Amino acid sequence: MPRTRTHVLPGFQLSLGFTLFYFGILVLVPVVALTFRTFSQGFPAFLGTILEERAIASYKNSFGLSLLAGGFDGVIGLGIAWVLTRYDFPGRRLLDALIDLPFALPTAVAGIALTALYSPEGWIGKLLPFKVAYTPLGIFIALAFVGLPFVVRTIQPVLAQLPVELEEAAACLGASRFLIFTKVLFPAVLPAVLTGITLAFGRAVGEYGSVIFIAGNIAYYTEITPLLIVMKLEQFQYPAAAGLGFFMLIVSFFILFLIQILQTWNARRSGGRI
Amino acid sequence: MSIRVENISKVFERFPALNGVSLEVKEGDLLALLGPSGSGKTTLLRIIAGLEFPGRDGGKVFLDGREVTWESAYARRAGFVFQHYALFNHMTVGENIAFGLRVRPRNTRPPEAQIRRKVSELLTMVQLPGLEDRFPTQLSGGQRQRIALARALAVEPKILLLDEPFGALDAKVRKELRKWLREFHDRTGLTTIFVTHDQDEAFELADHVVILHEGKIQQSGTPKEITSSPANTFVSDFLGFNDS
Amino acid sequence: MSSLSITSHTPNHDPKPVVYALTAFTFLTVGLLLFLPLVAVFAEAFSKGPSVFWETFRDPVTQNSILLTLKVAVVAVPLNTIFGMAAAWAVTRFTFTGRRFLISLIELPLWVSPVIGGLLYTLIFGLQGWLGRSLEEHDIQIIFAYPGLVLATIFVTFPFVARVLIPLMESLGQAEEEAAVTLGARGWQVFFRITLPRIKIGLFYGIILCNARAMGEFGAVSVVSGHIRNQTCTMPLQIEILHSEYQFAHAFALASVLSLLGILTLLLKVYLEGQASRRLPIEIPERRRHRDPATPLP
Repeated sequence: MPRTRTHVLPGFQLSLGFTLFYFGILVLVPVVALTFRTFSQGFPAFLGTILEERAIASYKNSFGLSLLAGGFDGVIGLGIAWVLTRYDFPGRRLLDALIDLPFALPTAVAGIALTALYSPEGWIGKLLPFKVAYTPLGIFIALAFVGLPFVVRTIQPVLAQLPVELEEAAACLGASRFLIFTKVLFPAVLPAVLTGITLAFGRAVGEYGSVIFIAGNIAYYTEITPLLIVMKLEQFQYPAAAGLGFFMLIVSFFILFLIQILQTWNARRSGGRI
Repeated sequence: MSIRVENISKVFERFPALNGVSLEVKEGDLLALLGPSGSGKTTLLRIIAGLEFPGRDGGKVFLDGREVTWESAYARRAGFVFQHYALFNHMTVGENIAFGLRVRPRNTRPPEAQIRRKVSELLTMVQLPGLEDRFPTQLSGGQRQRIALARALAVEPKILLLDEPFGALDAKVRKELRKWLREFHDRTGLTTIFVTHDQDEAFELADHVVILHEGKIQQSGTPKEITSSPANTFVSDFLGFNDS
Repeated sequence: MSSLSITSHTPNHDPKPVVYALTAFTFLTVGLLLFLPLVAVFAEAFSKGPSVFWETFRDPVTQNSILLTLKVAVVAVPLNTIFGMAAAWAVTRFTFTGRRFLISLIELPLWVSPVIGGLLYTLIFGLQGWLGRSLEEHDIQIIFAYPGLVLATIFVTFPFVARVLIPLMESLGQAEEEAAVTLGARGWQVFFRITLPRIKIGLFYGIILCNARAMGEFGAVSVVSGHIRNQTCTMPLQIEILHSEYQFAHAFALASVLSLLGILTLLLKVYLEGQASRRLPIEIPERRRHRDPATPLP
């Protein structure tokens, strides 16, 4: 019999021990190794790696286009979420289910499918007067594709639990629809929209499989940062690959942190329910 | 079995739930822990049951004079009936009641025939004979309450602890079950503590009532003692004496 | 839970033209952006006729890639399932310092580029990695071999079971498990007789999700694979090779198999959501209530 105890249910040490062991071996130790590898050649070398011209060109795609795609998803995602929660029409359930498609489709499959659609001979590509595949626009489309469900799925529950009475009350007071939207609805869904955009952005930054096919991977033009890491590894330039990887990991940590903050804000705004 | 609680304190994430509570319950007593929500009454009941432990130097719990502060719930032989009954919905009523017997190690586990007999006896005892093969979700609230009681009794507890036993029931069933529980207690003589926020329930049913507020005992005594001389303004306010 | 209900929807007061315009817009964007790529997979797969489609799967190299994918998943998925159950039990049934931090950390692999997953293990086990030299001396190959593929897949997929179970077990509460303990259940009895039957649908869903991702993983696996034909190419990598060799019909035929797996996963999600009448998470972290698990549910 222990002198003191704090747990009623069994298995605390076993479950937490296994969790930490598994997590430690798989993630913590490798991340420490990455950090050491990054700084083994000194901080200036690390800076040199991440500030290299070609790397900076890749950030424009990985961060810049991700942000654009996230913003684009934010706008159309709000519209889609509105329709799916407020309107009823034949095919609504099917459309709703299709939203998750980018999650369900393996990235490589999405990549070759988008390439087939948007290449100059593709179904969509041949209708357009300008090039999409193998340009930054192609990357943008792939990133918008992977990010859309994050936005829609974050906004939907918030819209669904917005009391309609709120809008009705505003309408009774003589507010115009425009006013209701800007003063009542938009402030209520804004945290969810921003959370969704950040989620979409966070996913897009690290996205690899769905992008590299449609990007064409032309140096300084349509290269994404994850691809640069892969190329450094293939050339056995481990320190450079580590440096870029470490940089991206830090960015991901930061985005994860931002997501946590936004979600707390979002939860508080919408009543803190699950 | 008698129950003694000495100077119990418990803190939840910086929020003090209990603050130096001491209490004594005599063998065969029926005691009510009465208080508004957040008063610490459920936490106290859970500490007595062994479902919660006081902090280090957070006081002691004795059963029949033996310290059990760090013993497991089962070692204390404390039967506990949860507020929402916590019946195992994936098992039949019979399996629910037999659970405590079937999880015993092989050498102390009664033979299957005996378990079945015991289940049927307990069902008769709680006036629900023949419900073995039903599932908890097919029963009414009052029936579930009594199944939960039968399940707790199957392992022959020495004390019985009930958390808001009538909280989830409608007024009519509540009245009936209250009367039934009193008769049941008189028949078995099992030392019983129940938690409630309903003063009528406490005063009508219990031999002794303990009023808790903000983790401290405000007053304890027989219903008569408390109603005739409330110890402080909280008690008289809570009992509604100042309204009339 | 009501907030996540998917069957009910609030009535709308929008003017008819707005309703029609927005509905049309939704059909158009979802159709063009999301649905058309799926159609393209199957159209391209059969573009040269069913015989070319079936021919894909008679190629022994392709057959090997399918087999390798199964071999990777059969190790990665069970390990991640055990991890998911252990992690969910630890963080929903106990309070301890750093609990919330741990819950957030479990999500990390979802927000890190899959390429990083591959990179991490290459830096340790690769030829110029930490252990590269000594592994080579003992003739053990991890990177550019099966163990590396498994490691990379585990890294990318390990949050999936955990993140389905954590909100589920949190919402179920622990009164039933506590009741079992007061009745004398010990150790594994509590888990196998009480917890497991109550979470089995969620667990099943988590496993399916984890499996779909494990079989479709591309980025992380691509880094550690080395693309050794017929040896270290899983299905997604084989798709890439076929595609780069301009064997588009074959690439899409193989891709259609993975797409079917994805569609099945989606259908299962829709079905289970109908059963549970609440949304199940795929990748979006659920907004969860941070509850002290030691305190009883109200």
